[in-house]
Amino acid sequence: MDIDALLRDFGELTVTGLAQGAIYALFALGYTLVYGVLRLINFAHSEVFMVGTFAAVLTWRAFGLDQNSPVPPAAEAAGYLLVALVVAMLAAGLTALVVERVAYRPLRRRNAPVLAFLITAIGASVVLSEAAGVLTRRQVQPTPSLVRSTTVVQFGSTRVTTLQIVLVATALVMMAGLDLFVHRTRLGRGIRAVAQNPEVATLMGVNRDRVIRLVFLLGGLMAGVAALLYDLKIGNPKYNVGFDLGVKAFAAAVLGGIGNLRGALLGGLLLGVVENYGAALFGSNYINAVAFVVLVLALMFRPTGLLGESLGRARA
Amino acid sequence: MKRRLIRVLGGVLLTTVLASGAACGGGNSTGGGSDKCGLKLAFAGALTGSAANLGIHVRNGIKLAVDQYNAKHADCTVELKEVDTEGSPDKAPGLARQLVTDRKLIGIVGPLFSGESEAADPIFNEAGITVITASATRTSLSTKGWKVFHRAVANDDAQGPAAGNYIKTVLHPDKVFVVDDGSAYGAGLADAVKSVLGGLVTGTDKVAADGKQTDFSATVTKVKSSGATVLFYGGYYQNAGLLRRQLTEARWTGTLVGGDGVNDAGYVKAAGAAAAAGTILSCPCVPATQAKGTFVADYRAKYNEDPGLYGDVAFDATNIFLNGIDAGNTTNAKMLEYVNSVNYTGVANTYTFTDTGELDPSLIILWMFKVDHNGTVVPDQAAPRT
Repeated sequence: MDIDALLRDFGELTVTGLAQGAIYALFALGYTLVYGVLRLINFAHSEVFMVGTFAAVLTWRAFGLDQNSPVPPAAEAAGYLLVALVVAMLAAGLTALVVERVAYRPLRRRNAPVLAFLITAIGASVVLSEAAGVLTRRQVQPTPSLVRSTTVVQFGSTRVTTLQIVLVATALVMMAGLDLFVHRTRLGRGIRAVAQNPEVATLMGVNRDRVIRLVFLLGGLMAGVAALLYDLKIGNPKYNVGFDLGVKAFAAAVLGGIGNLRGALLGGLLLGVVENYGAALFGSNYINAVAFVVLVLALMFRPTGLLGESLGRARA
Repeated sequence: MKRRLIRVLGGVLLTTVLASGAACGGGNSTGGGSDKCGLKLAFAGALTGSAANLGIHVRNGIKLAVDQYNAKHADCTVELKEVDTEGSPDKAPGLARQLVTDRKLIGIVGPLFSGESEAADPIFNEAGITVITASATRTSLSTKGWKVFHRAVANDDAQGPAAGNYIKTVLHPDKVFVVDDGSAYGAGLADAVKSVLGGLVTGTDKVAADGKQTDFSATVTKVKSSGATVLFYGGYYQNAGLLRRQLTEARWTGTLVGGDGVNDAGYVKAAGAAAAAGTILSCPCVPATQAKGTFVADYRAKYNEDPGLYGDVAFDATNIFLNGIDAGNTTNAKMLEYVNSVNYTGVANTYTFTDTGELDPSLIILWMFKVDHNGTVVPDQAAPRT
């Protein structure tokens, strides 16, 4: 154990951990929303994310940008980012809707048991990821650098770069927007109603199928944002990019309390930071093990996650 | 009555067919030149997955040699079997067991990586099938007592010190950070570098295997705060590319030095040319584009690209087997004897093997390569010996 390394670099480890955690948090929203409403773990969500990462890279490629392009000036880069953001969100959102339509709705119509949903979820995930693997010959997709990393703020020896601020700020803004949507709008009220009691909600005139579609769409859109941030921070997506990251995001959702939007944010950021601390203490090859040990420990003390499962509660 | 006759005739015919089949399959018959025909060589290595590029270069070299042989011997060809291990030590043994059931198999060029060699070579050894690897460089492979093992390139004991010496005498930094991916190959190389550099190493870290980790924030932080100006990475190109990109993003401007596992176009692709420029890569090889004879031209004509890492060595290794077949070594025992005592000059090097199957020490060649500003990997200089 290298406690010195942890103490010496504590600030920077925290900042870079938050940046990675922002991606987990946005990714985790898809799991949390769908679980909150349907009590279903949508394993295909990792592929929704994967489609988003590819969509953003392909968009940039269409503009003639590749991994060797120089970093464009800020205004131009912002344009590329915005276009790629819209494309990635649309692609991911659409994929989520298609998965819902093809893999889940037919089963729901027939009142299939929970286990059947689990299997179709895994099936949809494998189909999408393998299809992408075959189409891309399992190669990574090289990614241009669009944000010049300059130090913006400095606390002592800890520097915060543009990219890190973009990552965390985007996650916070998206999260706040989604929170407002769910708690303040008519459609959001529908989501909460179905999460709380599907039968009563239907009796009260809420269209359950529409709510479910909406939830998948929202999860997909957020995964699209996460995908863009991933391309900015790490890049080089390939067909199985969603797998490991999806497991982490799912863990983040459970850590924060699955079905709880703010929990996903907290869980994601916390997981990112804890991973970094663990990597500093034990070496980066323990990064995955440490994350899950912490998850298990946290769940032992708070079985429903740090903030509890709240989407369905009357006063959320 | 008639029907019974047909049955009897059929039975006789069937027995004859089976008997002749068994004779062919036995492979031990001492008959004439026809034994040479239909023999098989096999390539075992990654053709898909995160390290596929390395495998494809080697496979292409092998295929070129076999196709050239078959063009000359159209009436008596040799078949090439390609086995895709995805570079995984878990998949290699099963595939190796399938391979050795083929009685026509006379030699293996591979396995590509050290991990899968460790897993699969015992099976080839048991079956008595001669193995020449053109790329698996982990030192311990030659110390396991496998009679069939041969290595046509220098091992990590040579490559690690060469990289270490280059860092010391050409880059002469005050502080070096060493990272490896914990694989048989990566850790072996990193350990060799550490032992040459000694006190210059200010910090070390281990990362997860290729594909298991994409966020290297913690490693980047450690490298930066160590004050090192040179980072040695023991591992393969995909992780190295991501790591280099993230180091540059975090404004670490030092030099990354890697082994032959990083020496691939995939590294520059993942990192981007700007970040990759200046990277130093060691390799127990001469540049494949400097191979002798018509190899480079033939390769370009066939694959429409320049030969990649070890493609030339694989071409030579295959030709050793093909010459052996031509000389009438058509059983596994004879082939092993032939390769053990071979003295063959190919397009990349001259090959004779020691008792443990290593390339004769006097024949070891090591080069350092550099990534230039266009992202092209160009030969830098022959590696310093001390």
